[in-house]
Amino acid sequence: MLNVGKIEEGFVIDHIAAGKSMQIYDHLGLGKLDCSVAIIKNARSVKMGKKDIIKVECPIDTLNLDILPILDRNININVIKDGEIVEKRHLALPREIKNVLKCRNPRCISSIEQGLTHVFYLADEENEIYRCRYCEEKFSESD
Amino acid sequence: MEHLMNPLDLSVEEMDKMFDLATDIEHNPEKYRHICDGKRIATCFYEPSTRTRLSFESAMLNLGGQVIGFPDGGVSSAAKGESVADTIRVVSCFADICAMRHPKEGAPYVAAEHSSIPVINAGDGGHQHPTQTLTDLLTIRSMQGRLDNFTIGVCGDLKFGRTTHSLVNALARYEGVKFIFISPPELRIPDYITEMLETKGIEFSEVIRLEDRISELDVLYMTRVQRERFFNEDDYVRLKDFYILTTEKLKSAKESMLILHPLPRVNEIAVDVDSDPRAAYFKQVQYGVYVRMALILTLLGLAPEV
Repeated sequence: MLNVGKIEEGFVIDHIAAGKSMQIYDHLGLGKLDCSVAIIKNARSVKMGKKDIIKVECPIDTLNLDILPILDRNININVIKDGEIVEKRHLALPREIKNVLKCRNPRCISSIEQGLTHVFYLADEENEIYRCRYCEEKFSESD
Repeated sequence: MEHLMNPLDLSVEEMDKMFDLATDIEHNPEKYRHICDGKRIATCFYEPSTRTRLSFESAMLNLGGQVIGFPDGGVSSAAKGESVADTIRVVSCFADICAMRHPKEGAPYVAAEHSSIPVINAGDGGHQHPTQTLTDLLTIRSMQGRLDNFTIGVCGDLKFGRTTHSLVNALARYEGVKFIFISPPELRIPDYITEMLETKGIEFSEVIRLEDRISELDVLYMTRVQRERFFNEDDYVRLKDFYILTTEKLKSAKESMLILHPLPRVNEIAVDVDSDPRAAYFKQVQYGVYVRMALILTLLGLAPEV
């Protein structure tokens, strides 16, 4: 097993489906942050066989993690402070997501209106379907 | 109710109340002739629509109010790049109520979020067209006598036709309404509508040929295949004549069936159908004025008890 050193403050995003970590990296905008990020791909997992893990060293109020359960419901998040796990989060689907997802419908007003808050709401919890507040277009993970 | 974005902004009870008011307006127009004296409606139309705009303007004039606005995005400050949010803030200073049509879906919703006056969605792209729905429902209620327990066939462009989406959403709330969707596979009803019907356990079917099911219908709702909704001219030409209602096809329909159409018609209803007593699409236009009058009164808080 590959070892990556402990972090003092930040997040360990665990139990990511193998191969999905780069998608999560992109959605969280980690490339734009000035902090240490470790991506571990295809780590051995008793439960999953293989999994990805992301470790992010940053102040814990820096990241908006709302999108994670939409991308992968099995993700666990360990919140680290002073080198210790202070919270284990298994995120529930948020009722509403603001300025995280962008509507891909070219006919949606959000494609042209300046300064508009991009809002998606949970339309169907059972099937995990989110729709754009303005045009009701379904969010597709492949977007 | 502050704004009207979607037919579902109105409860069934609120809708029925509005239809009662519209019916009273139909029978007693004199009573309402000065009820909006000193009030103004702004018709902000970012894409041309003679029929809907004139219907709103006619409704306000019938109530004694005045009309301002623009008929096309090209002659408004939108052409200079002004946002919808800024436009409605400005319009709120000039008028008491606004009817907005916009080619982009959800634009009136953005307007409502920034407006200090009531905003009516007068059609947003391929998304919703609630006042057309109110018109359709009032026509069915007035001419058929009820809004429950009947079978409606919705025919034509069901993918981009916003009128059909709004209509199905609204009718799905009444008991015993069955839907038959008649369209080419390329223009079938969107999944969010069929998902909603499945969730509510409402009976519906999708077919390709109008002739196969016309005999079952109490109401036939025809729609135009709209050129502006296609990215590609070849697709439009290939599909536009797919579904044409003729006197021949009508032979197997019920004597009491109502034929509705949001208009404008291109050629999906043959002209000789106009003289058939079942053709209700021009009466529908008149009902559109009554229901818009009722809506304006309701949103302005001026609706009397009827």
